[in-house]
Amino acid sequence: MKLIFEKSQAGRRAGTLPSYDLPPTDVPEELRRGEPPRLPELAEPEIVRHFTALADRTFGVDTGFYPLGSCTMKHNPRVNERVVALPGFRDLHPLQEEDGAQGAFELMWRLQEILAEVCGLHAVSLQPAAGSQGELTGLMLMRAYFADRGEAEQRKVVITADTAHGTNPASVTMAGFELKKVETDARGNLDLDDLRAKVNEETAGLMLTNPSTLGLFDEHIEEVAEIFHGAGALLYYDGANLNAVCGISRPGDMGFDIVHINLHKTFSQPHGGGGPGGGPVAVRDILEPFLPAPTVMRDGEDFRLDYDRPKSIGKVRGYTGPFGVFVRSYAFIRAYGPELRRMSEVAVLNANYMLSRLSGTYDLPFERLCMHEFVLSARNLKRDYGVNALDVAKRLMDYGFHPPTIYFPLIVPEALMIEPTETEPKETLDAFCNAMEKIAEEAASDPELLKEAPHRRPVRRLDEVKAAKRAIVKYGFDQHPDLRGERAEGETVEAQKGA
Amino acid sequence: MRYLSLTDSDQEAMLAAIGVSSIDELFQDIPGEVRFDRPLDLEPALSEQELVAHFEDLAGRNAHTGRELSFLGAGIYDHYVPAIVDAILARGEFLTAYTPYQPEMSQGVLQAIFEYQTVICELTGMDVSNASGYDGTTVAADTCYVAKHATGRTKVVLAEALNPQVRQVVKTYAPGFGLEVVEVPHTEGITDPDDVRKAAEEAACVIFQQPNFFGCLEPAPELAAVANDAGALAVAHVDPVSLGVLEAPGRYGCAIAIGEGQGAGNYQSYGGPHYGFIAMRSDYIRRMPGRIVGETTDTAGERGYVLTLQTREQHIRREKATSNITTNQTLLALAGLAHLSWLGPQGLRELGETCMSLVAYAKDRLGLPLLFPERTTFKEFAVRAGCPAEEAIRTAREQGVHPGYALKRDYSGMEDALLVCVTEKRSPADIDRLAEVLGA
Repeated sequence: MKLIFEKSQAGRRAGTLPSYDLPPTDVPEELRRGEPPRLPELAEPEIVRHFTALADRTFGVDTGFYPLGSCTMKHNPRVNERVVALPGFRDLHPLQEEDGAQGAFELMWRLQEILAEVCGLHAVSLQPAAGSQGELTGLMLMRAYFADRGEAEQRKVVITADTAHGTNPASVTMAGFELKKVETDARGNLDLDDLRAKVNEETAGLMLTNPSTLGLFDEHIEEVAEIFHGAGALLYYDGANLNAVCGISRPGDMGFDIVHINLHKTFSQPHGGGGPGGGPVAVRDILEPFLPAPTVMRDGEDFRLDYDRPKSIGKVRGYTGPFGVFVRSYAFIRAYGPELRRMSEVAVLNANYMLSRLSGTYDLPFERLCMHEFVLSARNLKRDYGVNALDVAKRLMDYGFHPPTIYFPLIVPEALMIEPTETEPKETLDAFCNAMEKIAEEAASDPELLKEAPHRRPVRRLDEVKAAKRAIVKYGFDQHPDLRGERAEGETVEAQKGA
Repeated sequence: MRYLSLTDSDQEAMLAAIGVSSIDELFQDIPGEVRFDRPLDLEPALSEQELVAHFEDLAGRNAHTGRELSFLGAGIYDHYVPAIVDAILARGEFLTAYTPYQPEMSQGVLQAIFEYQTVICELTGMDVSNASGYDGTTVAADTCYVAKHATGRTKVVLAEALNPQVRQVVKTYAPGFGLEVVEVPHTEGITDPDDVRKAAEEAACVIFQQPNFFGCLEPAPELAAVANDAGALAVAHVDPVSLGVLEAPGRYGCAIAIGEGQGAGNYQSYGGPHYGFIAMRSDYIRRMPGRIVGETTDTAGERGYVLTLQTREQHIRREKATSNITTNQTLLALAGLAHLSWLGPQGLRELGETCMSLVAYAKDRLGLPLLFPERTTFKEFAVRAGCPAEEAIRTAREQGVHPGYALKRDYSGMEDALLVCVTEKRSPADIDRLAEVLGA
């Protein structure tokens, strides 16, 4: 398929502007544009065709099953798109005076209240733009809390689980803390002995998701909380797996002091090919003074922004956060009401059903009921037929499914991490499990079929080594190289991941 | 519940297959003390129709640009968003796809990001762009992190004429990065290169905005030069809509160009979601935060696109990653690509020229004293309202017009200053109306 630049013809254009018949003005010569930017030149029909062709080569939740672990690829309700486009939201400037934004403020305040209730905590900031930014915000809150107590120098270390998503350690570094890891035991819980050995007066806190990326609820979570609180440290909850426990168990009740929520996971903000998202944080009252400013507060019948926050860590994102994301998440939750619990129940039911169907065919690292997701290992296929998790993933594409997450969490070899979500019907779960069984049979009878998969997508397996070596990251116009004649380099640089 | 397909008989069959007799049993690993044993205290569920009515009520209590003639800018702009942008974003494949880690499933998204990266590089005169950052504020913080690691220095210099929200966010991130932040005051609405020269010694980067927060054109090539002379990275925070008439930062000595993409393709949406962009010289490609799409071939020799240089990123490098960013702003960046494709190079130039002509008309028509009369401006300018800014705003809004941003919210000594923004969506007749309500 051609790039949009390859379809351009000089002189074509789609957009025209109103002409106001005003005299032209001048930009001083030293600041004036020299060469114009080589933007595409197409009329409207060909722009529409181009993006339609791109959409046809893209698989979304709207297309089919998308069981990426810890991503929560649930259905995105269409009514949310209708309400986010209401002019009163869509065309509202963020610096509008407060009396002109009361509807927006009320929506944000209500969402804050809902998230506090779901988390079992006291105060919320909607500002962070994504889960990772929520993590960083949470770590900044930890640092501010300890600085306020005169313990800033002392509390240098944050502990993460060895099953943690890569963002956890990355956030720890960006926040200026040192990282320590704690091990997972044979049952899939944090190893308490390892934990006790590592927690001391230098510990600022724990970053944990519960259920873990193994899809398992930590059976000792209360003891874990006691260990950290007993050492004067805090607990941070990575909300990536919140879909498992809404209305069933609340992070605040588990002992967590700071929680980030992924609005694009649990609360149906569409993933958009990589974003946008929302990563609000909920905190225990001891941390409320440090929240980013401004917060949204209620003052009788009115709502306002509170900038008078002398202990605030500052601002992590422009304005009050990704407002359009709030609109969708609030709409999602208002469609459920207290029945939100049912969402989590069905998510967990769907996952356990799939687990029961697949645990005979693939290796099961942990002998437990799962929560909203589970991890299988393809190591039996690798051992017996030389077929690995990557090959299984690529062959699933031929069956019309998006593959699950592979090679994560790191502690499971040839990992396949599967999260169906609550919005999938039983027939889809059965069809996927049937395909997984078929693929295991194909591994035995025709491994080459898997090694050369996918066969039915717009492209075959792509040469990632060549991509990294050549680093062609934009169209070069006349200078654009033609890679097609060149020799292959190899497919995977590092173990792939999909979460 | 309408988002669930599960029927009673489905549930029965599934529980039987699992080998439990109730849903409750599935949660047996959760200790009793942390079980939540009452219903969530949430308002009752709404049908779709009731939901829409509730949201229409909330939206109806906001003074949006359809109800109030607006001259508000100050970082977020009311530019015209063409219908094709809406049409493209409504495609469910783009809307509901995940990050393209499985490239065979996502060639459409990957190619679109590659095209977006190309457009950003063309606008800014840079060699590499990422697939988007969160917004125009966080990309400045990202840049400071890059500059720290590229230079080994721990001081960053910000022009005071850089958007106050951007500076606040940099100052919030700085302690965790181990960075000192120094701000250089403006002089009559622009930044004096001599003031920057002093501050830039031992700095990792110097960040200035073009056009700046006051709408004024900075002496950008000189600012870049003094940064480079001091061994600091020169960083321009730019308005994408201006880059049809203003020179690309890559052509006047900048190492990095960043900005808020909203004005190109996104509605105002009370401040988000939008997209930040970061583009750099190729020297810094390995320090780029966020995703980058690269071109390659498949096993059949056909051209294709993949995420590349992933060893920079959190899912591979973890605590040594260039950033923790995972979810970015892809869909909004796609809107930017669509909008800029709709404009083309001619249209972008005309858009910049139109804004500048409208501003010239407005300055003349308003007849109010300019805060910075000596300065050339782009699409915004500061005037003295002759009374405290909030009074001018209140009086104007009572007549259905928002006259602009009260600069006193961020800068001292600007009690009566209004930052008036004129985009192509404001006609000369609209400007006449503004003049009327400001009593000019």
